Amino acid sequence: MITKSSVQIRKEWDIVGARQMGRNLAKELGFGTVDQARITTAISELARNIYLYADKGKVAYEKIEDMNKKGLRIVASDQGPGIHDLSKVMEDGFSTSGGLGAGLPGVKRLMDCFDIVSEPGMGTTITTIKWVR
Amino acid sequence: MRIPILKLHNYLLVSIQIDLDDQTAIDFQEDLLSKIHKSGATGVVIDLTSVDIIDSFIAKVLGDVVSMSDLMGAKVVLTGIQPAVAMTLIDLGIHLQNVPTALDLEQGLIKLRQELEE
Repeated sequence: MITKSSVQIRKEWDIVGARQMGRNLAKELGFGTVDQARITTAISELARNIYLYADKGKVAYEKIEDMNKKGLRIVASDQGPGIHDLSKVMEDGFSTSGGLGAGLPGVKRLMDCFDIVSEPGMGTTITTIKWVR
Repeated sequence: MRIPILKLHNYLLVSIQIDLDDQTAIDFQEDLLSKIHKSGATGVVIDLTSVDIIDSFIAKVLGDVVSMSDLMGAKVVLTGIQPAVAMTLIDLGIHLQNVPTALDLEQGLIKLRQELEE
């Protein structure tokens, strides 16, 4: 069974909205407090990237509830400028915005699955999953 | 939304009890520096007991405010970082190495007193 919901990212405050929605869903699925913090932090990084680099976009959530596996899939997508050098943005400490450069490599470490598809001029879609242990 | 900054003798005490958005964090940075300037405080404790997430942006703002206060002559200690927050920060690759921390408000005040050798 899959339950879907999403939050539009248009203004800075939507970052808070996106992570609150993520935290609620994580709680409902039965994630522990540490994994709730990991998921919420990952969403915050993804939503901020949308706001900073693409102006607007969307964070979508899918509760995955199979027979033997439960998890939360988060898809952050935008139609922004895209990423020219994918390997560069996955390096720790690389930032074009004066940030800590912890964002994407950090998200990858916080979550169980991480996939990024980006085309310059077309936008970026990042899909991540965390499984309930 | 403004975060209240309380004065206690020559210290400033801050307890962050809301879900921090970027603008609130930046406003707080400015408010704290101007309060240090006005009050002549020598030490600051920022208590994070009620904060359940710190992402890379908030971490940068907190790390920066420690360095900025240091430049002005005030020592800042961060206290009460939750276990889940500490684990998440390390996963993110954020170590906040030059930031003084303590377990709770009480330990934070002791640490300040030691650092300021009062």
